[in-house]
Amino acid sequence: MTEGTSSTPRRGVRLWVQLIIWVSLVGMLVIVAIELNRSQQGQVARGDRISNFTMPLFSGFELNGQNQFNLADYRGKVVMINFWASWCKPCEQEAADMEQAWQFYKDDGRVVFIGADYVDTEPEARAYLAKFSITYPNGPDLGTRVSQLFRIKGVPETYFIDPQGILQYAQIGPFSSVDEIKSIINPLLK
Amino acid sequence: MRRTSIHKAQKSKTPWRYAFYVLVALLLGILFSYRTYRSASAQQPAPTPSDNQVNQIAHQLYCPVCANTPLDVCPTDACRQWRDLIRQQLSQGWTETQIKQYFVQQYGVRVLAEPPQTGFDWLIYVLPPVIILIGAFILFRALRMWTKPAPAGGGDGGEGNAAKDEYVARLEEELQKRN
Amino acid sequence: MVADFGYGVITVAFVVALYSVGAAIYGERTKSARWVESARRAMLLLWPLITLSAASLIYLLITNHFEVSFVYEVTSREMPTYLKITAWWGGQAGSLVFWSWLMSAFASLVTLRKWDRDREFLPWVIVVTSITTAFFLGLVVFYENPFAYYWSGPDHNLIVDALGNPIISMFAPAAGASIYIPQDGNGLNPLLRHPGMIIHPPMLYLGFVSFVIPFAFAIAALITGRTDDRWIRITRRWTLWAWLFLSCGLVLGSRWAYDVLGWGGFWGWDPVEIAALMPWLTGTAFLHSVMIQEKRGLLKQWNMLLIILTYSLVIFGTFLTRSGVLSSVHAFAQSAIGPVFFVFIGVTFITSVALLIYRWPDLRGETEMKSMLSREALFLLNNLFFISVLVVCFWGVVFPLISQLFTGQTVTVGPPFYQTAVAPLFAALMLLMGVAPLSAWGHSSLRTLGRAVWKSAVAALVVTAILFFTYTNNPIALTGFFLVALVLLVTFQEFWRAASARMRAQHENVFSALWRLVGRDRRRYGGYVIHISMMLMAIGILGINLFQVQTQGTVPVNDSLSLSGYTVKYDSVAQFPGPDGRQVTRAVVSVYQGNNYLGDLYPRIDYYPSDQQNMTIPGERSTLKDDLYIILVDWQPTAANGATFKIFVNPLVNWLWIGAIIFLFGIIIAAWPEREAEAVRARARRVPQADRKQPGVAD
Repeated sequence: MTEGTSSTPRRGVRLWVQLIIWVSLVGMLVIVAIELNRSQQGQVARGDRISNFTMPLFSGFELNGQNQFNLADYRGKVVMINFWASWCKPCEQEAADMEQAWQFYKDDGRVVFIGADYVDTEPEARAYLAKFSITYPNGPDLGTRVSQLFRIKGVPETYFIDPQGILQYAQIGPFSSVDEIKSIINPLLK
Repeated sequence: MRRTSIHKAQKSKTPWRYAFYVLVALLLGILFSYRTYRSASAQQPAPTPSDNQVNQIAHQLYCPVCANTPLDVCPTDACRQWRDLIRQQLSQGWTETQIKQYFVQQYGVRVLAEPPQTGFDWLIYVLPPVIILIGAFILFRALRMWTKPAPAGGGDGGEGNAAKDEYVARLEEELQKRN
Repeated sequence: MVADFGYGVITVAFVVALYSVGAAIYGERTKSARWVESARRAMLLLWPLITLSAASLIYLLITNHFEVSFVYEVTSREMPTYLKITAWWGGQAGSLVFWSWLMSAFASLVTLRKWDRDREFLPWVIVVTSITTAFFLGLVVFYENPFAYYWSGPDHNLIVDALGNPIISMFAPAAGASIYIPQDGNGLNPLLRHPGMIIHPPMLYLGFVSFVIPFAFAIAALITGRTDDRWIRITRRWTLWAWLFLSCGLVLGSRWAYDVLGWGGFWGWDPVEIAALMPWLTGTAFLHSVMIQEKRGLLKQWNMLLIILTYSLVIFGTFLTRSGVLSSVHAFAQSAIGPVFFVFIGVTFITSVALLIYRWPDLRGETEMKSMLSREALFLLNNLFFISVLVVCFWGVVFPLISQLFTGQTVTVGPPFYQTAVAPLFAALMLLMGVAPLSAWGHSSLRTLGRAVWKSAVAALVVTAILFFTYTNNPIALTGFFLVALVLLVTFQEFWRAASARMRAQHENVFSALWRLVGRDRRRYGGYVIHISMMLMAIGILGINLFQVQTQGTVPVNDSLSLSGYTVKYDSVAQFPGPDGRQVTRAVVSVYQGNNYLGDLYPRIDYYPSDQQNMTIPGERSTLKDDLYIILVDWQPTAANGATFKIFVNPLVNWLWIGAIIFLFGIIIAAWPEREAEAVRARARRVPQADRKQPGVAD
């Protein structure tokens, strides 16, 4: 295009239009980047501080008479949270071992076992608990809030929090024996 | 064909009048059929929850565990349990809203096939019409600008030169195209 | 050894692609034809290299080399050979090789044309196509290597990482490690072992890859400052083929979903389905608006933006499917390539938009629009509606991410949202399809349009009234059918007007008149055939979406379920092992209409023990009027409890598939090559035709 004698100005895209374009473009990219990053994150890892959460408990499965589990109340104790579901076949492999480990630790007073029922229906959950004679506190993970906090990718997954509120161990998949569970909890009690 | 100016003025209104009649006829037709349609589809629900009733509600929910699968279609055992749960709740007299509310409370808002129209999710319903209207506005502005008649030729030397330069540029482009 | 060869060759291809980019840029900057030619030759070398690599991979697939991780993941001994070959694109790593293979093939095809008039485009076309090829090759070489082996330590146990996943690599991960050879493979996902699923990914990839070519030329035009429509004319046929492949891919995917997934529908508004639909939307808008640029020299900036959007949506769609950002039944497993893809999208999109903004003033239109109802203006409206559908789809796909970010909770955006939002937009597009063929380039008024359309409109109203009294009183359906009738009538009227003019002038009979007519202006009449096919598809879509009825019930043997005049009687069920290790539970039902026996259907459940996955295959009886569609939901061994069936009656749905076939014809007509000499001769003895044309505008 010839310049000089032309009186029509060479008008590019106006500045405020460019601003809108770039801001929305970058904004969209940033949002996708953040979500991509979040989806790439694995489960909570060793050394992460677990923020406080509450979870309701099934009636008949209360903890110290409370029908709500509040993580902050149990600072100073070792807390084990096990995510399971009645429709999850691998969960059944470790269910008996879990209960056995609980029987071992429940009188100690320094260890708390919590079962979080992930995306399940109450009748089936109770049937599962009865089938394996589970007695430690259990409750539904309402709205999947707790499992989202731990960013679990499936069930069963088990998380061990030390008395200072830091995650020390994450078990993805079922445990193979009671000894395995004990080998994780015992070091935390020291 | 010769016409007097009066006739021409009258004739120029006619296509608009036709268009108006057609539009009115269409609207009346739509309204009429809408009324007959609505009265026909009000039905009484059956007293015992059948598979169809369960599916009708399950269709509005998504499986909480599987990815993007509606609850009435999902073949897994867990989904079967959820459908049985719906059946049980229906037989206890729960309404559709109550059942959906229960599922949201239990499994989170992602279990609904459509985001609720409250809170933040209101944004999903509002933004598309807004953007489309903005697009339509831009389009009509652009069309208005393009259909403006060209400024009268001559004027001062600067304007004439501008037109000439544009013409030269166009000519060059056409030549490039042909070559 | 073959795997090593395959990996080596594809690594060489990656380096060659990078060289091609560098040489092209260097050659262009220094105006050296030798360097540009070297870049061109390097790019031509890519396809043979990738073919060698692909051949190695296929060889490994069909000879059960399970020590190669990709072979293990997607094949197993019991699979038939043809499925093993198609498993090439059945997994992430192999499909990336497939993408690269197609990309290099098309890039080579485009460089084999005559470049005399467009020498300045060549380096930049090479740059864009080679960067894209290099990107996908790089993903294969560094992230998703299909040739990587499994390894075992000195104890002959599989070497795994901290999470228990096997470590795969080309080279020994530790001293003393040796290659680990599993006995049998995992096998292809059962959902993919179906003819429809075999051809659907290649079609989609063909469509995606073909759109890179017009994009490359557009970028070349932007960089070189060639502001005319030369780039459009060169890539006109590429765009058409790209659009054809993408449309076929979408239709095939829908047919497969309908036949195999067994939920009674063909389009679930799944995010990955939408990711493939979005480039189709911008591609269709692009197809129409380039006509405006060719005829009237307008919308140059808009066309640039459309093709940039199409390319970006292609890459973005590929990214969504593979990065794990969205969960979907379609998505590949979580992978580390997400961030790399994201960077590539960001860089290419920002660069393209920056280029466009830089050239914006040079792309101003040549002429002005005379009337708001001219064909240009209506095409612009068409674009507005297509982009509106795109906005709805994009927003629906991205919103769960935004919601997660701001509220910590994710939501599901399901079919109700999309259907309600998109229906009026498609209705508007149908209205445009009925009116735009009657408007003229340059000038149209309400009077001329009204005069042209009123007969068809009244006839369409009559048809709608008939349907109201005989078929339905659903207002949405009636509006839809009115629009379908309008478009069909207007389009047939166009054919008839032109053909009868020919018949009068040339004294031809109707068939040769139509034949010559279509041959003379393939793009227009091919386009009309495509519009007709779209309306047939619309009939199918309206039928199934608005009139589908379903019922579900559990019946013992010899009892029956009824729906919509059909009676389905449960006869028997049998369980037997099928080929490739599946366990088939097949029910036999007999279908009656009143007292007429219509035949037997065989809905079944295929269970794949290795994947622990069920597939419910429906039994279908298809007629023009409707589809009877039966799914076996559940089955109890005791005769008393019987089986649970879900029955759908999908009215008019087969018009969707019929429309798709006619669509193919339409595209072939539109894309059929026109010999230059013939076109010139045609213009020389122009037959007076009913349509008005602007004098001097090239056809």
